[in-house]
Amino acid sequence: MGRLSPGITSGRLSDADYEANFADLHPRLDKHEALVASDRCYFCHDAPCMTACPTSIDIPMFIRQISTGNAIGAAHTIFDQNILGGMCARVCPTETLCEQACVRNTAEHRPVEIGRLQRYATDVAIEQNVQFYERAAPTGKSVAVVGAGPAGLAAAHRLAMHGHAVTVFEAKEKSGGLNEYGIATYKATDNIAQREVDYVLSIGGITVKHGQKLGRDFSLADLAARHDAVFLGIGLAGVNGLNVEGENLSGCTDAVEFIEGLRQAKNKADVAIGRSVVVLGGGMTAIDAAVQAKLLGAEEVTIAYRRGKENMNASPFEQDLAASKGVTIRHWLQPKRVLGDGSKVTGIELEYTALTSAGLAGTGETVTLRADQVLKAIGQSFEADGLGGLEIKGGRVVIDAEGRTSMPKVWAGGDCVKLGEDLTVTSVAQGRDAAMSIHRALA
Amino acid sequence: MADLRNNFVGIKSPNPFWLASAPPTDKAYNVERAFKAGWGGVVWKTLGSEGPPVVNVNGPRYGAIWGADRRLLGLNNIELITDRPLQVNLQEMKQVKMNWPDRALIASIMVPCVEEEWKAILPLVEETGADGIELNFGCPHGMSERGMGAAVGQVPEYIEMVVRWCKQYTRMPVITKLTPNITDIRRPARAAKAGGTDAVSLINTINSIVSVDLDTFAPSPTVDGKGTHGGYCGPAVKPIALNMVAEIARDPETYGLPISGIGGVTTWRDAAEFLALGAGNVQVCTAAMTYGFKIVQEMITGLSDWMDSKGHKTLDDISGRAVPNVTDWKYLNLNYISKAHIDQDACIKCGRCHIACEDTSHQAITDMVNGVRQFEVKEEECVGCNLCVNVCPVENCITMVPLAAGTIDQRTGKPVDPNYANWTTHPNNPTAVQAAE
Repeated sequence: MGRLSPGITSGRLSDADYEANFADLHPRLDKHEALVASDRCYFCHDAPCMTACPTSIDIPMFIRQISTGNAIGAAHTIFDQNILGGMCARVCPTETLCEQACVRNTAEHRPVEIGRLQRYATDVAIEQNVQFYERAAPTGKSVAVVGAGPAGLAAAHRLAMHGHAVTVFEAKEKSGGLNEYGIATYKATDNIAQREVDYVLSIGGITVKHGQKLGRDFSLADLAARHDAVFLGIGLAGVNGLNVEGENLSGCTDAVEFIEGLRQAKNKADVAIGRSVVVLGGGMTAIDAAVQAKLLGAEEVTIAYRRGKENMNASPFEQDLAASKGVTIRHWLQPKRVLGDGSKVTGIELEYTALTSAGLAGTGETVTLRADQVLKAIGQSFEADGLGGLEIKGGRVVIDAEGRTSMPKVWAGGDCVKLGEDLTVTSVAQGRDAAMSIHRALA
Repeated sequence: MADLRNNFVGIKSPNPFWLASAPPTDKAYNVERAFKAGWGGVVWKTLGSEGPPVVNVNGPRYGAIWGADRRLLGLNNIELITDRPLQVNLQEMKQVKMNWPDRALIASIMVPCVEEEWKAILPLVEETGADGIELNFGCPHGMSERGMGAAVGQVPEYIEMVVRWCKQYTRMPVITKLTPNITDIRRPARAAKAGGTDAVSLINTINSIVSVDLDTFAPSPTVDGKGTHGGYCGPAVKPIALNMVAEIARDPETYGLPISGIGGVTTWRDAAEFLALGAGNVQVCTAAMTYGFKIVQEMITGLSDWMDSKGHKTLDDISGRAVPNVTDWKYLNLNYISKAHIDQDACIKCGRCHIACEDTSHQAITDMVNGVRQFEVKEEECVGCNLCVNVCPVENCITMVPLAAGTIDQRTGKPVDPNYANWTTHPNNPTAVQAAE
């Protein structure tokens, strides 16, 4: 055991290193810092930050509330639009959303720290367990929500608020979806994802059934028959395959699985990591996997992405974060072959790519990187059974502007309906809005 | 290099920046530090009669209001005059004046409104070598309850009487410090002049309660659960002070009376404004109490650099220059028309100009042009009120542009009249006088 041990092994670092490496990426602002940061907000008219927020949080208002010493009121403003505002404050790519729209950028190239201010306010409210919402009188209507991820939780909360009885069916052991299983550890410290779930469920009227998988334990038709409405927030359960030689060698795994295992590990020292790790992909998952591989003590970590920097789904902030942790990002390389000794991964052969008139194509030139672990972060796919005749198109559930699917009584939102976008915050917005549509339909 | 030397009623100092009578000038230790930092003069913290000194509260003496980033905008205090024995102050003043002969040292005095009291203290002060005296007729708290300070400053007859005594019993120049806690500042100034004062200084602090502690429901500063009104000063009071200085400077009865300007001077720019409105020098307190004595160096260099850039060689070149331009509303040119103009390159699109105009003024700024977030002035609605300029967070992004004579005002559809015309001759004025042919 040791830092440079070959192969995939745990305990590369000291306990202190693990603790430091997986501490909060951005510690919460203290009250003074929050006051200083909030003073920079101009309280814009028809604020661009608010328009840029998929959940349309009244950002100037909540920041003004912080500046006047009313963090609880600020949290109320945030939760009115986004009941998962706590996690969103941690995982939103604010630099491409609200903070990119901040007018302070125009004159100073430095936006108001909206994300960190949102975290400050929501943390205060969650810690003090201040509850802002009460259930309306029971309507006698029952709604099934499939999936306890951001979309499902947002929908469940809003439905409960309006007095509907909500039952959430979740395949996994815990609620939270990607907030619990898919986010880098250093972005969700102190068990915040579960604390947030508890906070959201405190409204009452929501029953969560874990270990209940669509297609295995029940079908959509069952739910539709037993409930007045159904909301599908089932996410993307599948992962894309590489479809190259060597993919099944030991040490070649899905990044999503790796991130999940790390999040759920009580002791990070128990999580095995290769000495040389190659991560394939260009999105947030690739970054989260690569950075954490480095933080677990991998000596060299390389992200190989088949297109250019400008095409990466990971935000510039995330790319910089990876670079600062010592991750090498290489562009225009696609996997050709995973190399092995017959059972274990020993390296990967990558082929250079270029844009041609026919699209992206390999150039024929290759490069081989040493690797004892290959993590695939090349996208998730829609994978679900038990949907019956529900209309699916392009690997996503088809919905209208209100979140209604092709089946009566069935709504959907979150990653399972989205194409090209995989943000927690948009899932929350869709869950919330679908809940309002359901509420109107049940009235 | 501009010459910043100041001669105020014969009192000379290397620059026009004096520390006002207040805690910063309480004792030799502070004043020595102030002079080392570069202050041109000090008005020593107010002396009282011989005998047991006054006592101060032993709890908080100051309260404040703040702007963004907790920048102190206004300070209030309930401290009284010096609480040190008179003889100690006099000895220290004498020593400091000997140590710093080129600096101005003024004694602020407040004794009961009895001729004998003034007669008794003036020779003692004179003996220190002080360059002049300032009569504290302004202190609005504590001392005023005992018939001193603002209690005198609010009665012009008393002012005149005491000034007369002082002029009678000392050869030192007399500066009469005025309280702003009156209705018309010209009355006490005229009284001081009638009594023979050499100068007035203003403003002293303003009656104020800066805040209420919402847990204890007591005004702050709170002393054992109770609070009292205190004297308000700092950047927030500057506009009030500037107006009062200007009122005296342009009053025919006090025209030419030297004025030491006080009230929120924080930067060289503030000082230059006081000078322009007729002050011969300025006194500073809150800025020093906020940032320390070093700030005078910014004031000195800033004033000097500005004067150089404008070709002003001495303080006389700027003092009073704005006084002729202070007038009554009724004499403002009603034919002057300006319109807001928004520099689209400087605009950061915060929209505050729009919402301020839309909600509270004349609906003269767009928030959308051809479906794009864009803030443009609608000249046909703009009355030129300047509110947008004031609420814009970017300096010089919005400016007021005068319409040239003859151009059409889009709001009225009429050409801009090149002639000056004011309310006194306006047809809507029932008391209008016929313009002379």
